[in-house]
Amino acid sequence: MKDTDIKRLLYTHSLCIFSIILSIFIPSFFLENFSILETHLTWLCICSVFVTAVNLVLYLVVKPNASSKRSSLSFKVTRFVKCCVYFLMSCFTFHVIFVLYGAPLIELVLETFLFAVTLSTFTTVPCLCLLGPNIKAWLRVFSRNGVTSVWENSLQITTISSFVGAWLGAFPIPLDWERPWQKKVSVGRGGHILLNITWLMRGGLTIQTRAPGHDSPHCWRL
Amino acid sequence: MQKISVLLFLAWRPAHSGQWHPGTPLPNQELVERLENDTLLVVIGDHGMTMSGDHGGDSELEISAALFLYSPAALFPSAPPEEPEVIPQISLVPTLALLLGLPIPFGNIGEVIAELFSEVKDSQPHFSALAQASALHLNAQQVSRFLYTYSAAAQDLQVKELHRLQNLFSKASADYQRLLQSPQRAEAALQTVIPELQQFLRGVQAMCLESWARFSLIRMAVGAAILAAACFLCLLVSQWATSPGFCFHRLLLIPMAWGLAGAIVCAGLLATTELKLDPVILGAMAAVGSLLPFLWKAWADWGSKRPLAALLPIPGPVLLLLLIRFAAFFSDSFVVAEARATPFLLGSLILLLVVRLHWEGRLLPPKLLTIPRLGFSAPTGPPRHNGVQALGLGVGLLLCIRLAGLFHRCPEETPACRSSPWLSPLASMVGGRAKNLWYGACVGALVALLAAVRLWLRRYGDLKSPEPPVLFVRWGLPVMVLGTAAYWALASGADEAPPRLRALVAGASVVLPRAVAGLAASGLMLLLWRPVTVLVKAATGAPKSRTVLAPFSGPPTSQADLDYVVPQIYRHMQEEFRGRLERAKPQRPLTVAARQLGSVYSAAVVTALTLLAFPLLLLHAERISLVFLLLFLQSFLLLHLLAAGIPITTPGPFTVPWQAVSAWALMATQTFYSTGHQPVFPAIHWHAAFVGFPEGHGSSTWLPALLVGANTFASHLLFAVGCPLLLLWPFLCESQGPQKRRQPPGNEAEEEEEPLMEMRLRDVPHHFNAALLQLGLKYLFVLGIQILACALAASVLRRHLMVWKVFAPKFIFEAVGFIVSSVGLFLGIALVMRVDGAVNSWFRQLVLAQQR
Repeated sequence: MKDTDIKRLLYTHSLCIFSIILSIFIPSFFLENFSILETHLTWLCICSVFVTAVNLVLYLVVKPNASSKRSSLSFKVTRFVKCCVYFLMSCFTFHVIFVLYGAPLIELVLETFLFAVTLSTFTTVPCLCLLGPNIKAWLRVFSRNGVTSVWENSLQITTISSFVGAWLGAFPIPLDWERPWQKKVSVGRGGHILLNITWLMRGGLTIQTRAPGHDSPHCWRL
Repeated sequence: MQKISVLLFLAWRPAHSGQWHPGTPLPNQELVERLENDTLLVVIGDHGMTMSGDHGGDSELEISAALFLYSPAALFPSAPPEEPEVIPQISLVPTLALLLGLPIPFGNIGEVIAELFSEVKDSQPHFSALAQASALHLNAQQVSRFLYTYSAAAQDLQVKELHRLQNLFSKASADYQRLLQSPQRAEAALQTVIPELQQFLRGVQAMCLESWARFSLIRMAVGAAILAAACFLCLLVSQWATSPGFCFHRLLLIPMAWGLAGAIVCAGLLATTELKLDPVILGAMAAVGSLLPFLWKAWADWGSKRPLAALLPIPGPVLLLLLIRFAAFFSDSFVVAEARATPFLLGSLILLLVVRLHWEGRLLPPKLLTIPRLGFSAPTGPPRHNGVQALGLGVGLLLCIRLAGLFHRCPEETPACRSSPWLSPLASMVGGRAKNLWYGACVGALVALLAAVRLWLRRYGDLKSPEPPVLFVRWGLPVMVLGTAAYWALASGADEAPPRLRALVAGASVVLPRAVAGLAASGLMLLLWRPVTVLVKAATGAPKSRTVLAPFSGPPTSQADLDYVVPQIYRHMQEEFRGRLERAKPQRPLTVAARQLGSVYSAAVVTALTLLAFPLLLLHAERISLVFLLLFLQSFLLLHLLAAGIPITTPGPFTVPWQAVSAWALMATQTFYSTGHQPVFPAIHWHAAFVGFPEGHGSSTWLPALLVGANTFASHLLFAVGCPLLLLWPFLCESQGPQKRRQPPGNEAEEEEEPLMEMRLRDVPHHFNAALLQLGLKYLFVLGIQILACALAASVLRRHLMVWKVFAPKFIFEAVGFIVSSVGLFLGIALVMRVDGAVNSWFRQLVLAQQR
């Protein structure tokens, strides 16, 4: 059971990384003047959409927590609406936190909000897919000894890595190297480019999880 | 001398916002063609660059720049050499000044570029040489005047060399005068005068270079080593302080003796070798002497058993934070951007604290966490704070930090940054209505600060006792607020006062600040005189039932027995005291308010902080009072948040975790910036020297220095004095538990139980002292790491382009801040010790009275 789970986890992560790479190259066929640095806002939108889509598809295909007792249509609809509301709320919460962290209040509002949306797609959407709109389960997963399965463990690590990556993204802002990418990154309070690093961390995680499964949960902790 | 105009192109950009770009416009061909004969085109760069385009270091490529001179008239008498001469940059100032017909600036020691003063159109080489000689002579006269003034004021130039140069100059001057008087033998005389003058100028340059631009690498290395060793010592002793067999007296006396011995030995050595007694060397030897026993002990310990993990007790995230802080001092952009980086780090630390509280399961009710699984650890006990409260504290803190960030001042040469307009005093505002509104807001902040402190004291202590400090808090503080508000009103509206009231206004603006400062000082004196505000409170209710003492016989044998007995004795003593008072005055039944006793230490510290804050507030511009309100608010929130994460280990060794100390130090730095300061000299608030002294200070210098220093380092002082609160606050928060328990009706004994709070500290004086020592050492360590980084940055990057603009001022500010913080820390801890002594004598009196 565990081995198959690990295999599926590996495939899902590879797919996610692949989707990010695709989001860099595919739009250049449809859009003119597309590049990550020049039109970074567009790229962020596309990247968010890709990642959300991949997560949803994976959720529907893999179904990590398959046993949902009620399966009526109305239940599904309310669940979906709840998920959307949660996603929006997380976007606004992140936006508020960024502003509290020092992002400008009025200027660059679009950049800041897009950053919040991107971070939400990397953190909230997987949580919603895996745990559903259930705050208590979220709180449980993000506490010590709260993890019960490989999926939850992977969710915990990737989400924390995303936050750390976004946090690290703030560091190049004050540097005076005057490199062109730095200016772009600084716009919208940085961190965008560091999402790549986050995904590298994901890659690292995938390798970690490929290690043969042990019964002890400690081997999952990075 | 003929005047010419000079076109000067300087390839310049703000140096710490990037290097010169090839895009900077340069003189083009068209311009060159339009030049007149009396125009000199000078193109210079202020520094070179490496092959990769960087600059700031001391490599040959970076410190050499191009110099391009062009004039339609021929400049040089002969063809210029293939390999151009190297000319020091300081030569440009006298050259350009003389060419423009201006006097050479007083402080110049450069030598004119003599070739530019040759007059080529006169074919006679004689005239050309004479012009050069007169330019050089003017230059030498100015340099000699400077040298004379400088050597009279400072003694760092070599006396012998100075005399030789002065003789050289007088000889050259005499030669030059003779040359002017007798032009017939000019050819030969010129050949001697010009080299003499040049020799003089170069000699002065060499002498000054040796004396000024000299870095004593050995002293730098030794100083950094002593600093590092002292930081290491703080770390070690903070570890030892909690170990059981720790002796304070040995700790204090042996290093003192060693330090004295080191100083005496050094002085003896210096005296026997007949060298000059240098106080710096003496101090360094004393410091090394006092450090040696510690390092010896550490070496012995390390050799024997301690693992390395015990030597590095700082938890990972805090270590990372300290490392980031340490590394940031080596980058000029991070030092310039520290005002933005510190709130970011502080916010991160706060969120980390909240997240860790959640991670460790202290925020959730345990039933959520009980998931059936193997290897589940023991339950962590009931949550002491609910999640919403901790989250609210964190968000409130972030909000406070963000709001305080609105009051920042921009560093120099950052065109994109705008300084806050709220840092200027109200008197400079034009709009009458806006001014009134702001004035109202400032007074509102004052009143809110006062109300908050009084509310806190009423919540945790008692404001009704007739003790002098409490009376002062009740009556003196509002008077201080009134005085401050009146002073601000006068200061902001002094120009609008009617003429016949001018004298009154002038008098009041002298008296009011002094009165506020005097009141604060007398309040502090009162607090030191009678620090125990625990007093008898009149209670008209029915006499409460006695607690039943559980039977216990024989001497306590174990720690558990002590745990059991000590609170009982305390409670019994309290009951006895209450009974005695009831017997003494039967008509007015009195009880002891034990909650006052529980907050006796922190009440004293908070009162002292408030008393300190008001005079410091007066030294700032009016609108900074809002920042002071935020300061108190955010330290309150931070203390609450930290207290949630610190378990009370009775009667165990008390420790203050590293993250608490780091957050406190970070907040001190953040407040330094949010009160409108920057670690550069032009940003010092000089106007603070004239608060209470509008006419100036006459000849005294220490008082204005004290006032400006108090303005600049107010945040360092306040946070250092408030440092013991980090230790006391978790005990204070203990009182919230029983209150909540009181709500369900039922258990009578539970309701009677008063929380011990800070009396837990008094019960184990040994641990209390150790905890205070440990707290102080940890704070000193965190500050010491910062100053070590600053010193290392200033010494390693001593040839950096930004050393005099960024690194050296930062080091000076950090060093003075460290001294202020150390003094403040000492005062804070001394206050707590004084309160402790007073409480002990109070208890002793109580016991004596009971025995009688």
